[in-house]
Order: sequence, then structure tokens, then C-alpha cells
Amino acid sequence: MLEIHDLHAAINGKEILKGINLTIRPGEIHALMGQNGAGKSTLSHVLVGHPAYEVTQGSITFNGKDLLSLKPEERAHEGLFLSFQQPVEIPGVSMVNFMRAALNAKRKYWGQDPMNAADFLKLMREKRKVVELDSKLANRSVNEGFSGGEKKRNEIFQMAMLEPTLSILDETDSGLDVDALRIVAEGFNKLRTSETSALVITHYQRLLDYLRPDIVHVLLNGRIVKTGGPELATDIENRGFDWIKAEIGE
Amino acid sequence: MKSEQQYIDLYTQCEQMITSHSCELMNAPRKEALEDFMHMGFPTRKMERYKYTEVAESFAPDYGLNLNRLDIPVNPYDVFRCDVPNLSTSLYFVVNDMFYSKALPAVQLPEGVEVCSLSEAASRHPERLVNYYAKLARSGKDALVALNTMLAQDGLLIYVPKNVVVERTIQVINILRSDVDLMANRRVLVVLEQGAQARILFCDHAVDHHKFLVNQVVEAYVSDNAHLEMYELEETHSDTTRFSNMFVEQGRYSTFVNNTITLTCGKTRNRIDVAMCEEGAETSLYGCVIADSKQHVDNNTLIDHRAAHCTSNELYKYVLDGSAVGAFAGRVLVRKDAQHTISTENNANLCATREARMYTQPMLEIYADDVKCSHGSTVGQLDEQALFYMRQRGISLEEARMLLKFAFVGQVIDSIALEALRDRLHYLVEKRFRGELHKCEGCKLHK
Repeated sequence: MLEIHDLHAAINGKEILKGINLTIRPGEIHALMGQNGAGKSTLSHVLVGHPAYEVTQGSITFNGKDLLSLKPEERAHEGLFLSFQQPVEIPGVSMVNFMRAALNAKRKYWGQDPMNAADFLKLMREKRKVVELDSKLANRSVNEGFSGGEKKRNEIFQMAMLEPTLSILDETDSGLDVDALRIVAEGFNKLRTSETSALVITHYQRLLDYLRPDIVHVLLNGRIVKTGGPELATDIENRGFDWIKAEIGE
Repeated sequence: MKSEQQYIDLYTQCEQMITSHSCELMNAPRKEALEDFMHMGFPTRKMERYKYTEVAESFAPDYGLNLNRLDIPVNPYDVFRCDVPNLSTSLYFVVNDMFYSKALPAVQLPEGVEVCSLSEAASRHPERLVNYYAKLARSGKDALVALNTMLAQDGLLIYVPKNVVVERTIQVINILRSDVDLMANRRVLVVLEQGAQARILFCDHAVDHHKFLVNQVVEAYVSDNAHLEMYELEETHSDTTRFSNMFVEQGRYSTFVNNTITLTCGKTRNRIDVAMCEEGAETSLYGCVIADSKQHVDNNTLIDHRAAHCTSNELYKYVLDGSAVGAFAGRVLVRKDAQHTISTENNANLCATREARMYTQPMLEIYADDVKCSHGSTVGQLDEQALFYMRQRGISLEEARMLLKFAFVGQVIDSIALEALRDRLHYLVEKRFRGELHKCEGCKLHK
């Protein structure tokens, strides 16, 4: 599904990613761990095509397509979704208009007619339940005045609406209390199928307890230095990153 | 004095023609207006209130004037239906600067309410208007007012007697229609007597592709406890220049709401002066400007708090694209006796391109010591983070920009109390942002 080969990327001329290799197959959940500044968020932003990052070397193939040649919106239509670490507030743009524009853009990309208003609102209602999102929030401006937990729930709600095949969760657990974390994680699990995959970026074990990743990677200094099974996340939770650094001689 | 001279010559050569096709009410102040105009000349950019808009060059070309008051061969009722769905209005037309009286709407206005040509009203009740006409808009105040007073031969009167409430919105369509480049001297007089209430919607349209120069003067009297709500919606074209000077006087506990929406134009300068003369008056001035290519839109306001316990609220929002130029200068003057004034003023602007320019100047001048006032302005660009967030969800960059611009001006449009008009404006503004608003829909005059 996703193949990253020798990816180098820079922001403002400074190289952050220094040769990433990563393959994600359908149905797999990968966790990406690492200390602050290791390049985790950079990788997620490069994947979705943020214009501030420059890819200097390497390739990314997504479902057989050259991802780097696609615009951010085209990547979204192809099934890529990023749950933002800090979801953006957009005053004056209602959730309804925002989601309708997004959904219909995707339908147009795939040659489908726009969804009629009644069906759309019905879909909104259904998908809201996935993350127990209040109907009042859905009528408000995008993320405006939402609490931290509500914003993250709103991300998963949007994911439910757009049905991506590969979701990137960028520290979706940060700032969440136990209940909010459970709602978000359970919401995410409800959306899983054997065809959908995810790349979960996190510092903590507790989100992974819910999501049960198949593979765990450790990112250090712009490179994946260690890959293992779910037990690797437990090791990191208990022992930190220093032992990995020692292992690779840094 | 080059640009001025042609108007002075025009007046001196055609005085007979001008006065014979007008009425005594409008003829009386002409001589004084001519003297004021000769004395002042066109305003220059060195003057505080004209800092952002050049006047003389707009008046320099040789425009035709319809001094003989020839009928314009058009029946607006037959060809024009600029309907706001679900909003039934009493519809009137002003063609260039003439009230179109050939076929008045069948609507029954409440007793005593008049919507008609100024000359006609003056012939019926000469005594009634003499205390109002050219009293607020004094020709000594402004050369453009003087020029209008010199040359205007007729105008529109909206009169609402004491304690009469006009439920149905009065809609006035200003049509610019001509086979040559044309100057129109539009004159409007609105009088709401004590306790009266009315809502007026002005829509500016230019039909023909000629150059139009509009020099408009509006005087509005909102007497004690009266409520006046006005909307001005400009949808003309890039060859239209509009100078509008509006003067409003408010009595005790009166309310005045004005909403100026500029969707398409060439060059527009709107001046609004509101005098809150007595206690308890309330004023709200809203404005929304959407400009692109080489459009120039300048809103210049003065809210004059002369009495205590008055409230004013001002909000103007601009979205500038292309190499459009926007200007907002809003002065709020709180005089010594205007204690307990509450005033807010805000101007927020979005420059969507590097070439777009915005000049903003909110001014607050306070001479009373017990007031609550605020003023502010912002100029910004579209939020890059929000744009990317939307693109990640699959919304194209173009559509995302549109949604942000639309959201930005939404605040002004949402202030409109009348639901049908609000919906219509949402629709028009969206079309405008999509670049589809070349003409007003439903308007058969446009080809």
C-alpha cells in the first residue's frame, strides 16, 4: 500500500529526514515512536504534501502511484488522511460546509455525483456516533472553541466521514484524558477493516494498548533505527530510548 | 481648476435649462452651491477625508448629462426582475438620476407614506420639504455635495409620517442606462417622522457598457424614536465611478442601521456622516467590500456623538484580490457632553494577493470623560494553516480560499436582520467569490 524508499526531506534548507525506508501493507497498523525532534511529524507532513517541506531525495509510492507528484488534495482523494497533532480552527466555516466540500470533492475526483443534502446530513449523524460527537459541535465552525479532546474526536469523525485507506495519527493521544483517549481509540478501532492501515505517531504506550500495532518503529535523527513487534513499545515505555541509542552506537 | 471649469461653464451656460426642468425646492440653493463649488474646487488628496481617493481625475472626462430630462427608452418593470427570493418588496426604480414614475407598483403603502420624485412631492407639499432639502447636506461642506446641489434636477423622496410602520421593505433599483458616457446626479431624501419605521434597500446596477459617473447625495432624517434600516448593494461594472455622500441626523432614542455592500464596481467612494443629536440614539454601520482587478473602494465615515447615552457600532470588512485598493477611514467623535457613550469600531481586512492594498484608519476622538469606546483594525492574509488543513481533507486550494474569504465576510452579512436578504447576499457573495457574478441573475436587461 505505502512504500517509502530512501526518503530525505528538509525544511528551510535543514535536512530532517535522512533516508527513511518503510513499507505498510493493507490491514497493518504501524507505530512510530521517537523523541521530540526525531522527525516523526516531518514524516507525516511530507506524506500529506505540506508545502513547507522539501523532498530532496527518495520516493514514496501509494497504491502504485507516485505520491510525491500528487497535490495534497489529490493525496486525500487517493485515501490518505492525517489526524493533525494540532487541528486548525477555521472561524466562520461550519463543520457541515467543510465536510460537504471535502466529501464532494472526493466524489468528483472519482467521477461520482455530489451527495444530496438529505443523504449527507444522514451520513453526518451516523458518523458522529463513532466518536460520540455532540450535534452542537457539528453545527459550529470547524474546531472553533472546541476543547483539546473535542478537537481530536473531531479528527476521528472526519476520518469516519472520508473513509481513508491509510490514516496517519500524529500524536492524537497527546493532551487527552483517559476517557477522551478511550473514545478516540475505540472510534478509530470501529473504523478499521482488513483493507485499512494506519501509521500511529505517539510517545506513549497507552494509545497503543488500544490500537494494538503490528509493527513498531523507532525514529532517531531522521532514520528508522529499530523495528520490532508490539513488545518494542513496552520496552520503550519502561526503559526510554537511551538503550536503543547505545545499541546503535550513538 | 481645469476639471472644475467644465462644470462651472456647463452650469452658467445651461442654467435656464437646468432650472426649467426642476422645481423651486431644488432651484433655490443652486446659486449658493455654485459659489461654494467655485470657491472650493474639487477636493484633493491633501484633505483628510479625501486622502485615499482622487476626485478631480474622475470628473475630468466629458460626460453627457441629461439636462433636458429626456425619457430614457426603457421600461424597467418589463425588463428588470432583480428579485430577492422570499422577500416581497415595494419596488421602485431610479433610471440614472430620474425617478421612474410611469408605472408605479401596485403595492399599497400605508397611508401618508410617500415614495416618489422630489419635484412631485415638492409641488404637492412645498412647505414640508423646505426644512429638509439641502439642510443636512450643505454645499459648503463638500464640493461634491455642492456640485450635486448645482446640477441635480430631481430626486427620490421617501417620507414616512409620524408613528407609521412600513412593514414591507422599500426596494429602490438604481439603474444606469445610457447610449453615451453619462454623469448622473442622484439625490435622495429620506424623512422618518417621530416613531416611524422603514427598511430601504438600494440596489445599484449599470446596464450598458458605457462609462458612468454617479455623484449621489443622500439626506436621511431619523426623528425621535424612529427606526431606519438601510442597505446599499452595489453591483455595477468596472467603468462605473460612484461618489456617494450620505448625511444622517438622529433624534432621541432613534435607531439607524446602514449596511453598505460593494460587490462589483470600478471606483467607489462612500461617505457617511451620522449626527447623533439627542439622547439615547443608536447607530450601526456595517460594510462589506469584495474587490479585485483594479477596483478601488473607499468608505469614509463620521459618527458624531453629540448627546449623552448614545450607542454606535461599526464593522467594515474587506476582501481584496488582484491589485484592488481598499480604504477605510472611520472617525468616531465623542463630544464633551456625550457622556455614557458606548462605541465600538472595527475594520478587518484580507489582502489575498501581494498586489492588493488596504489603507485603514480607525479614529476615535473623545472629549467626554465617562464613556466606553473601542476601535481597531487588522489587515491579514489567508490563514496558510487553515488552507492546508482543508486541502488535506480533499478540498482544492481554490475552493479552500473561497471558503475562507466567504467565512471572513460572513460576519457582516450575518448582521443583516432580514433573513431573505441575508440568504440572498450569502448566495451573491459566494457567486462573486467564484467569479460568476458578472450580472445579477433574473435580470433580463443583461444580455
